[in-house]
Amino acid sequence: MPAVRGDGMRGLAVFISDIRNCKSKEAEVKRINKELANIRSKFKGDKTLDGYQKKKYVCKLLFIFLLGHDIDFGHMEAVNLLSSNKYTEKQIGYLFISVLVNTNSDLIKLIVQSIKNDLGSRNPVHVNLALQCIANIGSKEMADAFGSDIPKLLVSGETMDVVKQSAALCLLRLFRTTQEIIPGGEWTSRIIHLLNDQHMGVVTAACSLIEALVKKNPDEYKGCVSLAVSRLSRIVTASYTDLQDYTYYFVPAPWLSVKLLRLLQHYPPPDDPGVRGRLNECLDTILNKAQEPPKSKKVQHSNAKNAVLFEAISIIIHSDSEPNLLVRACNQLGQFLSHRETNLRYLALETMCLLATSEFSHEAVKKHQETVINALKTERDVSVRQRAVDLLYAMCDRSNAEEIVQEMLNYLETADYSIREEMVLKVAILAEKYAQDYTWYVDVILNLIRIAGDYVSEEVWYRVIQIVVNREDVQGYAAKTVFEALQAPACHENMVKVGGYILGEFGNLIAGDTRSAPAVQFQLLHSKYHLCSAATRALLLTTYIKFINLFPEIKSQIQDVLKSNSNLRSSDAELQQRASEYLHLSVTTTTDVLATVLEEMPPFTEKESSILAVLKKKSGRMSAQEAQREARVQAREGNAAPATEKAQNAQLKTKPSSNAAFPIPQLNNSTSADLLGLSTPPATQNSIQSNTGVLVDVLGDLYGGGGTNTHNGTTTPASLSMSGATDNIKKFVCKNNGVLYENDIIQIGIKSEFRQNLGRIGVFYGNKTSMPLQAFNPTVSVGPGQQGKVTVQVKPVEPSIDAGAQVQQLVNCECIEDFNGLPDLTVGFTYGNVPQRLALHLPLSCNKFFEPTDMNGESFFARWKNLSGPLQEAQKIFKATGPMETASIKTKLLGFGMQLLEGIDPNPENFVCAAIIHTRTQQIGCLLRLEPNRQAEMYRLTIRASKESTAQILADLLAEQF
Amino acid sequence: MQFMLLFSRQGKLRLQKWYEAHPDKVKKKITRELISTILARKPKMSSFLEWKDLKIVYKRYASLYFCCAIEQQDNELLTLEVIHRYVELLDKYFGSVCELDIIFNFEKAYFMLDELMVGGEVCETSKKNVLKAIAAQDLLQEVSYGDTAYEL
Repeated sequence: MPAVRGDGMRGLAVFISDIRNCKSKEAEVKRINKELANIRSKFKGDKTLDGYQKKKYVCKLLFIFLLGHDIDFGHMEAVNLLSSNKYTEKQIGYLFISVLVNTNSDLIKLIVQSIKNDLGSRNPVHVNLALQCIANIGSKEMADAFGSDIPKLLVSGETMDVVKQSAALCLLRLFRTTQEIIPGGEWTSRIIHLLNDQHMGVVTAACSLIEALVKKNPDEYKGCVSLAVSRLSRIVTASYTDLQDYTYYFVPAPWLSVKLLRLLQHYPPPDDPGVRGRLNECLDTILNKAQEPPKSKKVQHSNAKNAVLFEAISIIIHSDSEPNLLVRACNQLGQFLSHRETNLRYLALETMCLLATSEFSHEAVKKHQETVINALKTERDVSVRQRAVDLLYAMCDRSNAEEIVQEMLNYLETADYSIREEMVLKVAILAEKYAQDYTWYVDVILNLIRIAGDYVSEEVWYRVIQIVVNREDVQGYAAKTVFEALQAPACHENMVKVGGYILGEFGNLIAGDTRSAPAVQFQLLHSKYHLCSAATRALLLTTYIKFINLFPEIKSQIQDVLKSNSNLRSSDAELQQRASEYLHLSVTTTTDVLATVLEEMPPFTEKESSILAVLKKKSGRMSAQEAQREARVQAREGNAAPATEKAQNAQLKTKPSSNAAFPIPQLNNSTSADLLGLSTPPATQNSIQSNTGVLVDVLGDLYGGGGTNTHNGTTTPASLSMSGATDNIKKFVCKNNGVLYENDIIQIGIKSEFRQNLGRIGVFYGNKTSMPLQAFNPTVSVGPGQQGKVTVQVKPVEPSIDAGAQVQQLVNCECIEDFNGLPDLTVGFTYGNVPQRLALHLPLSCNKFFEPTDMNGESFFARWKNLSGPLQEAQKIFKATGPMETASIKTKLLGFGMQLLEGIDPNPENFVCAAIIHTRTQQIGCLLRLEPNRQAEMYRLTIRASKESTAQILADLLAEQF
Repeated sequence: MQFMLLFSRQGKLRLQKWYEAHPDKVKKKITRELISTILARKPKMSSFLEWKDLKIVYKRYASLYFCCAIEQQDNELLTLEVIHRYVELLDKYFGSVCELDIIFNFEKAYFMLDELMVGGEVCETSKKNVLKAIAAQDLLQEVSYGDTAYEL
């Protein structure tokens, strides 16, 4: 048993020895229980214990607690010790309280008085004991009880230095729980001036307090900047002998230096040129000293010196205004990258990540790319390799992206399991961000799945699908590449998912090649089917039904699979449901309906890459770095806006669609039109045109080619990526959603819904550029054709749209009576100081207020005969401008808003429809007959309406659609 | 600094100091996790690691590990030197300190730490001043107890 210092407690030492001699855990527990019983009986016993015994037992309890056992008594005895007049007893009482008492304990109330007494003591040792205890507990009760005493203690001229030090930090601790504790006014200046104190210890403690105060209220404390700079200057220029005991291994006051540098990072570079100059001199000197030969070989010397250096670099990065210092800092860190101390390599990599975000040092950081890649390969410590990955990620830009991504992929093959997931996310983000060519992006992601399939999260493979769906130019390549990747005998399930989705959408693009003929594609996918989880099988079933549409020649083969017992009677309800629904869909529907239902997916909408969000969530460090990076990048691009990538991203971002990552046709909620009240937000998966309510609209094409692209998915959404302006207003007569207008700067999308005589139109303005659109002001006005007949109410929007951002404007409208033409939509803004004005129309035509009406042939003809007034009928004969296909004609008529009445017209080639227009004042019954003449490529359109004038309006609108 | 832990190579906790309030359960969980993480690391590895949103700085002295949790903006290298200064103080006080000194005089180790750090921030970095403060405490003890002998 070693000698016990001071006033030994022999009983305690014996007890500790006993515990240490226990041969087993059980023996130890037994010994402890025996001791606990003993102490309990002593505390409960009649005999009053003297101070020493109380102290001894409290100390034993403390020891037992520190061994990891719970202690639920002895608190009162400890509280009693606080008021002992023997210091050593008091001290143990305080220790017990500090270690064992939780902030919310009822005991706090009991100890406040004792602490108050000690705080008022003449003996500084007692005062410090009290202050340390308050700081240890640091609760709100403590702040309430002592909030007024401690600030006084801190600035009073009579307080001794040791007490001031504790008081400063005690106040800091209380400030963290209760911000109001710091008095303002004249106190501010008195606290700031502690930086000038003679005693280095007081300055060190006060500096921590001031830093916390500055964080909350930088303006009030900005006087500290010049004081901190001059204090720092004095330390930096001091010889190591000047500061005596505050020199640590030949480094003058490293703790205070670091704290001062940290404090200054809460402010921008000082405005006063004198102060600023002095600060830069300090930083210069610190960088110079790093190059001097060490004054000692001890690691303590180099650690202390480099601690100051890293803090100086940190402030240089923070100010981001002195190119010379930034580059010097970068070179210094570059030296550390190959230092033999692992700690320095670690910190250099970490700090360089921040330097990489500064425009002044980004290029300088890139010079070290090879060393960093090397670190990835040779470092033996995974946490250092992790930092190297972070740095590669941070230094990546367009110029080196391919190389860095390739190196990261190489490393991924052998990387530690703990960092794989984060690496996969990083690679995916870089590949997307810097892809000049999306075929490269597709290759990278498929490689990720191949190398580290288990670590590829859903977000990553969702994202590659989103990008392929949105980018026509890469679809064929993606289909070919996944097809090849699926040939591998052992193929990760994520690859099957991506492959399944992409071939289901775009398999037709490679079906011309006999090596990837429809049957081959299907067999390849199906060979993986039985090895996959239920979720993947469900996805593959959707691919199969899509194949039936793309490749009618393999329909029976696929139907056999759907029919098989393992699917149709699968124990998995989802698989069973899909198999049977898809089977029925393929058997009962016509090819036209099938084509419409299984049409190619419309483009996805996206605000920010969801992968980035995952990465940010993964670690606090990452989100801080990302935030800084983003801020820097934005600042940079605000000045000069190159970056075509931004524009590309913006284009991906602004398409107003709303699909979940893999929307699957849910046949059972296909008739959900009634679910849609006008209060439903417009952008939801289920927002069906309220006047139809058939499945077609759930999956219907939202963009581009209108209702015509139903054939094998070969007609892709048209003309979105074309430069120059496209105005799609005419197409909106027969549809409610899609891109209204697009040029190089802006994309305007529409999502609208109507019910009865009310409607709501969401107008989405997407900024495709990398600069904000200023003075943004869209206005809607009704023209003479609509004056008094329709009302529009426009919600105002913010006057600026950020680069790549999208804003939504809601327009509520009401039909009062039938109207002609469309309201005007004028969009004004300035782009790069050039005012722009777009004169467009709001897609709000009279037919939007149609409600489809079903009726049998008898009543149709009866009504038709009734509406025989000369102005009740309008007839137009016109030449067809597009192909005269039944499916597309039907789609247009449905889109126009009328009920298609089949089997009524004696001639099956003809179409008849019925609907009611709802206005505030009346309901207008409308009937339609459309007679195509395929030989002559002509149409005859006849419309009859119960209100005169309406028939002509409708005929004019519809005639332009064919 | 959020907390400091001292533990042995066998994974036994010797001292714990928390500068942020946590329920006991959480403290135990954190302690367990960190001890096993750090003991699994090899000698040449860096003394720093990421842990949740904190940075862990640790160093081994003989059979004892000293481990501190600091916040993102805190300085890792200087935290290593806080540990070193603490070790120096213990060494000076006990005279080549060993693990047993800290086991048997754990309360002294706490008192010493309270002089070096208050509320998680460095309070006094001068070795001389800390030792002076501890000596002043010991003096008070001897004044009180100099002439009294107690039985067990």
